[in-house]
Amino acid sequence: MSTTTVATSAAVTDDGPAQSPRRMRRRGERSLAASLTSHGILIAGSVIALFPIIWLVFLSLGPDKDDYLHPGGIWKKMTFDNYSFVLQHTSFFDWLKSSLIVSLGTTVLGVLVAATTGYAVSRMRFPGYRKFMWVLLVTQMFPVAVLMVPMYQILSDLGLIDSYLGLILVYCSTAVPYCAWLLKGYFDTIPFEIDEAGRVDGLSPFGTFARLILPLAKPGLAVAAFYSFITAFGEVAFATTFMLDDQKYTLAVGLQTFVSEHDAQRNLMAATAVLIAIPVSAFFYLVQKNLVTGLTAGGTKG
Amino acid sequence: MTVAIDRATGKVRGGRGPRHGLGQRLRHGYQKHWYAYVMIAPVIVVLGVLVLYPLVYGLYLTLTDANSLNTARTIGVNHIDATYKFIGLDNYKDILFGPLSYDRFWSHFIWTVAWTALCVALHYTIGLGLALLLNQKLRGRTLYRLLLIVPWAVPTFVTVFGWRIMLSDGGIINTFLHMLHLPQPSWLEDTFWQRFAAIMVNTWCGVPFMMVSLLGGLQSIDASLYEAAEMDGASAWQRFRYVTLPGLRSVSSTVVLLGIIWTFNQFAVIFLLFGANSAPDAQILVTWAYYLGFGQQPRDFAQSASYGILLLAILIVFTSFYRRWLNRNEQQLAI
Repeated sequence: MSTTTVATSAAVTDDGPAQSPRRMRRRGERSLAASLTSHGILIAGSVIALFPIIWLVFLSLGPDKDDYLHPGGIWKKMTFDNYSFVLQHTSFFDWLKSSLIVSLGTTVLGVLVAATTGYAVSRMRFPGYRKFMWVLLVTQMFPVAVLMVPMYQILSDLGLIDSYLGLILVYCSTAVPYCAWLLKGYFDTIPFEIDEAGRVDGLSPFGTFARLILPLAKPGLAVAAFYSFITAFGEVAFATTFMLDDQKYTLAVGLQTFVSEHDAQRNLMAATAVLIAIPVSAFFYLVQKNLVTGLTAGGTKG
Repeated sequence: MTVAIDRATGKVRGGRGPRHGLGQRLRHGYQKHWYAYVMIAPVIVVLGVLVLYPLVYGLYLTLTDANSLNTARTIGVNHIDATYKFIGLDNYKDILFGPLSYDRFWSHFIWTVAWTALCVALHYTIGLGLALLLNQKLRGRTLYRLLLIVPWAVPTFVTVFGWRIMLSDGGIINTFLHMLHLPQPSWLEDTFWQRFAAIMVNTWCGVPFMMVSLLGGLQSIDASLYEAAEMDGASAWQRFRYVTLPGLRSVSSTVVLLGIIWTFNQFAVIFLLFGANSAPDAQILVTWAYYLGFGQQPRDFAQSASYGILLLAILIVFTSFYRRWLNRNEQQLAI
């Protein structure tokens, strides 16, 4: 295992080579001080990573909107009232519905459109290949500001402002190239011998893709789907601008409505935030391992 | 069928026959590659309709003086036609060299560059440090790993609100600073502290991705390299410098590029932390362009679109140079 040996290097970094240990240490062994330092830093890092979330959960239990100023008082009057209020008296479920419609729509459309392309750029070299890959890369770095104004004009001409379809189309402009890129990376990891076997048995290139590669690429498709879902779910700029009816807000927009210029219902906002965060992060933890490899490994052999 | 799988090596294409005429080559290319073109057609169509057409339309708008008062709109039953007119490159001239161009563009530009550089540097160094620590044989490292990626797992729009509550006047951070008898800056009002807070929150959000990617890179470095280096008497620093860093090079160049693009385009953190209308000096170019186009009345569509085009141009130029620089150092970008 690589971990053992790499451990040595990091460990000795902590000691410094000048200190000569009293007894010979075996490879991979560390001094107590080095271990403690590592644990100390990691614990501190974890606390920093976790604290804002824990604080949000804690504040969501305080019944009053100014409780964040006196957090000590929350212990005595902890209650789930905020949650029941959010679930019963706000548009939480409408927002959830919009979020799900838009995100799932983007996901399905993005993956469907991108799948064949990912395969083509993974297996075939055609004239214009490099230019096409460059286009895919460039589209991913469009700042929101580039497309927002023209999209707004075009969608209002078509009467698609304030509609789910409009938002889905806008999100597809980034989701499609992204999925194609991600899927190419995954298809690259599937051995080419499988394609060749299919071809020898008389399948057309499209048949090879549909019957052999696609079933094998399910994990890759899942990662692409998940990533499109998460991006669409968390998108703020377009959703804020293009959705006007407060029944059609996505969660990312709805959450902003708790804080206006006149009033800030921070307790309700915290409760809503927690309600959103729990399922999304649970989902995230289920797939996170695949996500990371998918993100960085894509197209190494390009 | 003649469509052969190229095995995606990209290098075996040499050994071409003699060049034929253009027509013949086109026909031949079509016969050979039509499968590939059919398969990429869906994406081409989608990109053409959803990206290229708006982009061209946006480019046209930057050459006009369109704003929300003179574009076509429908009020009630009355439809008002567009009355904006073509003004050439005046928008760009105005943004880059016009009166007050320092306050409107260049100050935001400098802040955006500083913001990108600082955030990516912090992401990378903290991420690398944590990845090195996690790459040791350590009790509970899976747990640490799971805890440390929490900021990535929770959607940004949720966590930024958490930070906003923590940073507000009388929030937990200032209470804590008060307990330590330290000065309590007004994080969300004072320009310097707004910028400080924005960088802090964005760093918090972005470190886990770097950490996890670099950890993957560290684990793929061949262990025997370390053994060999140790046999040759390399010190810990030398092993880090001459084995770890070169081993991470391809992952690093990719995640740094991604980090720069994402940070440069980071909309949610600043927009949600300060809102659209407060904190004009802490807005980076993306959020500032949004403010011009949608956060003020009348909405200045033409200027906002021009900012967008300028931003895209900056990114494309930067990425081209980055790739060229990598190629010169004989590195491949792993994206």
